[in-house]
Amino acid sequence: MIRARVLILPKRTVFDPQGEAVRHALGHFGLAAVDRVRVGKEIEIEIPDGGDPTEIRSRLETIARDFLANPVVEEFELHIEGLP
Amino acid sequence: MRWGVVVFPGSNCDRDCLFVLQQVLGREAIAIWHDERNLPPVDAVVLPGGFSYGDYLRSGAIAALSPIMAAVGRAARSGLPVLGICNGFQILCEAGLLPGALLTNADALFHCHPVHLRVESNCCLFTRGFASGEVVQMPIAHGQGRYYADPSTLDRLERSGSILFRYCDVHGERTREANPNGSVANIAGICNEEGNVVGLMPHPERACETLLASTDGLRLFHSLGSTPPEVEPGATYAGSAVR
Repeated sequence: MIRARVLILPKRTVFDPQGEAVRHALGHFGLAAVDRVRVGKEIEIEIPDGGDPTEIRSRLETIARDFLANPVVEEFELHIEGLP
Repeated sequence: MRWGVVVFPGSNCDRDCLFVLQQVLGREAIAIWHDERNLPPVDAVVLPGGFSYGDYLRSGAIAALSPIMAAVGRAARSGLPVLGICNGFQILCEAGLLPGALLTNADALFHCHPVHLRVESNCCLFTRGFASGEVVQMPIAHGQGRYYADPSTLDRLERSGSILFRYCDVHGERTREANPNGSVANIAGICNEEGNVVGLMPHPERACETLLASTDGLRLFHSLGSTPPEVEPGATYAGSAVR
């Protein structure tokens, strides 16, 4: 099986209120001095084996860049396992 | 003049828009399902507010890929007037028909209350019924309405006169306190450089009858008609008697 993982985080230049709320909460665990927390998402895509590896990679890159992440406000990393 | 109101799964202001257009303004207006591949003959399109596709992934992201949006995009690039309200604004940004993005409110709260807006430009199809610099009132109802654009995009918006509405206080002052969601430069609504595609977070369709405290929203819909707006305080409108 081919497994793609897309890790998406808000850009550092964009204020992340969810990350900020989590950062505040970290004080409860005794970790008071935290510079920054960013909350994003990870999306997992499973694809059956077979097909043209170059084309699959290219399509996944397009999906990650044009749909799963919004490049205006987010950065992403695409990791693909199981692709020959 | 015939309006089309697009209905996505999760839209919840589509009926309000149809009511205003049909009953309050007395115009012809039809609902258009998101699955349509072509637009029926209409003179303007509204993308209404709501939570299309449950706001999954990002607000408006999945709706931007629906079949009707390809048709709306083609028509918009040919000059068709398109108005995106709230979730409709988010969809227009996600579809690339307007620049920037709408993010979670800076205080992470859902804001549902009336706001004051300063009309920054009345050069656009949808704002010509207002005076530039005028202060109007409409409600907002959103959790993700913080407009963001990078500095160069923001500069382009400013220079091209594409900023239509800014959050302000009752006197028209652009203050931090009057900005409900942390939008950059207090931006509440913008248009594209051609002026035919407009997006705003406030809900003009909820400010169209005296019963609802403000009729300023009606002037936005009225701007796109053949006649100039005739809005008098306390006036009743065609169709009001229906209730």
